[in-house]
Amino acid sequence: MSVQPAAVVRTVLDVAPLVALVSAAEPAAPGVGAVATFVGLVRDQNVGRRVLYLDYEAYEPMAVKALERIRDETAGRWPDVRLAIHHRIGRLHIGEASVAIAAGSPHRAEAFAACRYAIERIKQIAPIWKHEYFEGGDVWIEGATADPDDVPAREDAMRRACV
Amino acid sequence: MRVTVRLFARLRDIARAGELTRDVPEPATIGVVWQDLVREYPEMARYGSSISTAVNAEYARMTTTVTEGDEVAFLPPVSGGRGQQV
Repeated sequence: MSVQPAAVVRTVLDVAPLVALVSAAEPAAPGVGAVATFVGLVRDQNVGRRVLYLDYEAYEPMAVKALERIRDETAGRWPDVRLAIHHRIGRLHIGEASVAIAAGSPHRAEAFAACRYAIERIKQIAPIWKHEYFEGGDVWIEGATADPDDVPAREDAMRRACV
Repeated sequence: MRVTVRLFARLRDIARAGELTRDVPEPATIGVVWQDLVREYPEMARYGSSISTAVNAEYARMTTTVTEGDEVAFLPPVSGGRGQQV
């Protein structure tokens, strides 16, 4: 099966197919001269707790739509950037990749910025939750209310992307 | 009318189910579905100000009208969110 540019998967993540996807030549698009990647891993510590493993849960059809929305937002801000995002769900152990992003662009600055923007937005609006199992207990990690129309949140992601 | 309710993360744990079928009077908003749910599971009440909602996998508001056969989802805060560090 061909690599999807936005996907929620249950298998081990590999960033290489995403890099290939965003760097492949397209007749109508400018050539890609830079690919920035981000891979998020399961940490062994969280707020002083020794983490054992995480269970990721998603509202899958909506999560895919959120990833597609993030690709659209990125395309709106950086028209020459091509973005691929895969998020893994299910049980992940320490050191395993939970999210992989590749951003291809004619030049590096836009690739880095779009990649950073994408991960910030994933954390804000993708309906994906993690259940942390640590030494001595377990807890659902709850951050902030997911709202794609929250303008300050989006501006915050943009600010982090462009520093 | 009948709607499907989808629950995730802690809300799913509270209800001990990720999918419920509920009858609500017409016309109804997502807020009405939520209030019924809170009556059934009082522990969910504290999520009232922090959840997001969706109808048929599209973000919606508590004031959004639901219709027969809709899938209404209640989404607890996600792991990131504004101001949180990765």
